[in-house]
Amino acid sequence: MNSKNYSRGKLTDKVFKYTALAFTVFALSVLVILLVDIFSKGLARINWDFFRNLPSRHANRSGIMTAMAGMLSLLFFTIIIALPIGILAGVYLQEYGKKNRFASFIEINIANLAGVPSVIYGILGLTLFVRILHMGNSLIAGALTLALLIMPIIIVATREAIKAVPNSLREASYGMGATKWQTTSKVVIPSALGGILTGIILAISRAIGETAPLLVIGALVYVPFIPEGPNDQFTTLPIQIFNWTSRPQADFIINAAAGIIVLLLITFLLNGIAIYIRNKWYKKIKY
Amino acid sequence: MSLPILKKEKLIEVLMMCCSFVTVLTTIGIILILTLEAIKFFAEVPIGDFLTDTQWTPLFSDKHFGILPLLSGTLLTTTIAILVAVPLGLIIAVYLNEYASPRFTAVVKPILEVLAAIPTVVYGFFALQFVTPLLQKIIPGLNGFNALSPGLVMGIMIIPYITSLSEDALRAVPRSLREASYGMGATKFQTAFKVMIPAASSGIIVSIILAISRALGETMIVAIAAGQEPKLTFNPMESVETITTYIVQVSMGDVPQDSLEYKTIFAAGLTLFVFTFILNNISFFVRKRFQNKYE
Repeated sequence: MNSKNYSRGKLTDKVFKYTALAFTVFALSVLVILLVDIFSKGLARINWDFFRNLPSRHANRSGIMTAMAGMLSLLFFTIIIALPIGILAGVYLQEYGKKNRFASFIEINIANLAGVPSVIYGILGLTLFVRILHMGNSLIAGALTLALLIMPIIIVATREAIKAVPNSLREASYGMGATKWQTTSKVVIPSALGGILTGIILAISRAIGETAPLLVIGALVYVPFIPEGPNDQFTTLPIQIFNWTSRPQADFIINAAAGIIVLLLITFLLNGIAIYIRNKWYKKIKY
Repeated sequence: MSLPILKKEKLIEVLMMCCSFVTVLTTIGIILILTLEAIKFFAEVPIGDFLTDTQWTPLFSDKHFGILPLLSGTLLTTTIAILVAVPLGLIIAVYLNEYASPRFTAVVKPILEVLAAIPTVVYGFFALQFVTPLLQKIIPGLNGFNALSPGLVMGIMIIPYITSLSEDALRAVPRSLREASYGMGATKFQTAFKVMIPAASSGIIVSIILAISRALGETMIVAIAAGQEPKLTFNPMESVETITTYIVQVSMGDVPQDSLEYKTIFAAGLTLFVFTFILNNISFFVRKRFQNKYE
């Protein structure tokens, strides 16, 4: 072996190792810089009034109450629409679905839907729910749009979770004389619940951050009231943040940063819960 | 006694089948709405003009309907993002899989994935309020709205897409391949780039395609930080408008329903959809084709 070549190989190896480590540290530090930047800009505005106030043209009197209320109502409707349909579809495709052309068509269809840009879902919602079904730019139109958007995530998560359930459990249930649905509802779904729950929380976290499709269906940027029913107009926290970010006055930038702090805390909390549940469930499912 | 149970079983199965059919209806709905409205648009604007005119000014009095400026804006920001995300994402994946200790990987990977969980409106704020002012210090005369800053930030955002999928692909390569390479006296670097990456190439390609598709469809970062000027340019210093930004801009304005201006969002949306649809399908088939390569 040529020893000069060998040592040059070692040098390349070392150089690459430290370059790659530097890249990893760089990516992580962008995250840190982003957080530091936003907290340093917005933390001063976070106080009780910020949560309690209505939007206003005076930045320091503006608050996120209607945005938070709109976001929570929107999530409520999105979840009650998307959850049952998404879970049942996922269970059907994994547990009942046969390996035929229809099944592979559905599979490619769901993979495709997961990759459709969210703004396109906005166009779908605008045309179908807002115009054709005359729902206007209401909470329910927004919730239906978001429900379609997060359904592929719930379906894929449900399928993955059900795939992880050991076959022995199913066979034990059949052996006891249980029917297919009894086995599915009493054995398979409960065992897969941890994984399904993780997927649901991640889907909710995704729905919370969505802005573009809601802007397209005509969600308002200024809503001085709390929505009281599914037909009311609404705004959400990301839309409020977008609105504040696009204003030239520096005071509103502080508001935007403060709103982002709240949005990030919610997002991180949900993701943390999801990771916690997933880890616990993985330990349990590995019998 | 057994008949009602069987009946219930059948009923539930049909109900569940209907639920999974919702996804098919969603796809049909998207394709139908985009094409039907786009057909109405192309009845008024010749498709040749749409594809070749170099100006996009539907909201001005002198109307031009050339998609090229929006397309160039979209491709420019996407290219910048991919130039950031692919090398960074791939090298990080190689590092985590080949060099780093399992404990380091176990800690770093979930933190990196936080990057993909942050809402895009937050990245838009970060691009406009932090990255652009920073770049303006380095590049004097840089426009306050430009393609560079949102492109870079978008690149950071999609790093986890590349890293996660590539790392999975690298991990799926059998140990025997790596050990054979070490056995021949190869260094880690040679093993990573001459053995592991080629062996995991299909998974890596899938991750890159999905990242491109994600960047093409990204809306809020570019809507906030790239500006709203449709310009046929590939200069990253200038402000540009992407297809997604245009759709949001029109939806937020007071464009009357059924006007030609309103129909432009369907033509623009269809253009975007065609691109992402093709990319998503390619990635699906690459994944299916090579899924069981090492199983």
